[in-house]
Amino acid sequence: MKKYLSFFRIRFTNGLQYRAAALAGVATQFAWGVLEILMFKAFYSYNQEAFPMDFSALCSYIWLQQALLSLYMVWFYENEIFDMIISGNVAYELCRPISIYKMWFVKNMASRLSKAALRAFPILLVAAFLPAPYGLALPKDITAALWFLFSLTAAFLVVIAFCMIIYICCFYMVSSLGIRIVAAALAEFLTGAVIPLPFFPEKVERIIRFLPFASMQNLPLRIYSGDVYGVQLYEGILLQLFWLMAMILVGKMLLSRALRRVTAFGG
Amino acid sequence: MGLYLKYLSIQVRSAMEYKTSFILTALGQFLVSFNVFLGIYFMFQRFHEVEGFTFHEVLLCFSVVLMQFALAECFARGFDAFPSVLSSGGFDRIMVRPRNEILQVLGTKIDLTRLGRMLQAVIMFIYGVYKSETDWNALRIITLIFMMVGGVAVFSGLFLLYAAICFFTLEGLEFMNILTDGAREHGKYPIAIYGKKVLLFCTFIVPYALIQYYPLLYVLGKSDKSWYMLLPLIAVLFLIPCYLFWKFGMRHYKSNGS
Repeated sequence: MKKYLSFFRIRFTNGLQYRAAALAGVATQFAWGVLEILMFKAFYSYNQEAFPMDFSALCSYIWLQQALLSLYMVWFYENEIFDMIISGNVAYELCRPISIYKMWFVKNMASRLSKAALRAFPILLVAAFLPAPYGLALPKDITAALWFLFSLTAAFLVVIAFCMIIYICCFYMVSSLGIRIVAAALAEFLTGAVIPLPFFPEKVERIIRFLPFASMQNLPLRIYSGDVYGVQLYEGILLQLFWLMAMILVGKMLLSRALRRVTAFGG
Repeated sequence: MGLYLKYLSIQVRSAMEYKTSFILTALGQFLVSFNVFLGIYFMFQRFHEVEGFTFHEVLLCFSVVLMQFALAECFARGFDAFPSVLSSGGFDRIMVRPRNEILQVLGTKIDLTRLGRMLQAVIMFIYGVYKSETDWNALRIITLIFMMVGGVAVFSGLFLLYAAICFFTLEGLEFMNILTDGAREHGKYPIAIYGKKVLLFCTFIVPYALIQYYPLLYVLGKSDKSWYMLLPLIAVLFLIPCYLFWKFGMRHYKSNGS
């Protein structure tokens, strides 16, 4: 356990060094959030009736989404790991007395968390001071807040477990770029990063709700604003845990199969 | 021009060495913007109209922006890789050659996988044109061509600006994304829906509205001010400050050693 903690610490402090980049990132995210909200506002003022969630809930959703982007972006990978697999340097990692799955998992957690630590707070702070419907509202009540934190963590782990599967797929093919882009594009849409899931047509949404992608950013952000509560909430959390387990299992299985037949490319 | 074509043929041949990867990447590019299309489609399933624009009109708008962007990106994204060229000292090599620097930077990367995006834009465009019930005449078609020219110029100018900033910072700055990728993503809707302030910004600071909103009004027959059709050509002037800034940056540039 201790060794994984130190992997985490090295990665995390390493990530904290890029402050200027984070500042630029904050500015971008903020501008992005503003445009997104203005866009939805145009639809909202055209037809309030057809709006599937509260406007202020939507604004909170967008601000959290922008602030927590680095936790939930499915298109973000550690290039180092891909390089390692492709160059065959992964063989060195295999010599170490550690679980490669756990190590990569922890590294991913650390670099995402360090990014988020630098970026989330300025965005949340400014968003909290914006005037009423446009800003970040407080969570509905204390239970919603607690469930939000829980589901936030679960969603974060689900994202990483998903990314792990993509890394591992690399063992099975020479060029990984294609699968990465295709997976990222699919995930991006189905997690609700393009438009929140409630804006999908009802029939489509009913199916997507059960996919692992809905267990990523969709659930915690909607719990926060009180858009998901009661039975739906418990169902959502259970589903999250299920997908987390399932994807970790699949990832580990694929990895051990890959390692059994691994012949490092080149030398 | 001959030199650029030479660069182009080298890039095409090198991309074709890895065919599957090329196709998959192009497919990925296609999917990324297809997401945006689905987003619009789902929104209009629910709302049918926004600020007086129908689904097909928005589709037309989005496809034009996407085409402008894809074209600019295919051929001017060399600037995107510029930070790494600069930090590896590759730019020093470029500067000692007796050719135009911009041309050489452009030649370092011509990314044809972006054609996946182009393909989608073309399909959407055809569908949008077919459905939007605009009666086409010569003037409107010319306006569209002007929009293409202006759009490619504006996006290329932004890529140039992005590269020029690197002279000062030695690395790309993320906030430029909002001006390039952001414009592509948010340019899917006519700019006016984002409100007055954004429209003003996009008219006078970075002329997105000149290549998208105003000429579109004319093409769709929502406005009969025929001088709107000339606005995209004025947007081409945006290249001038970008170019001057690049020149300025180059004068400022001292090799970073390595």
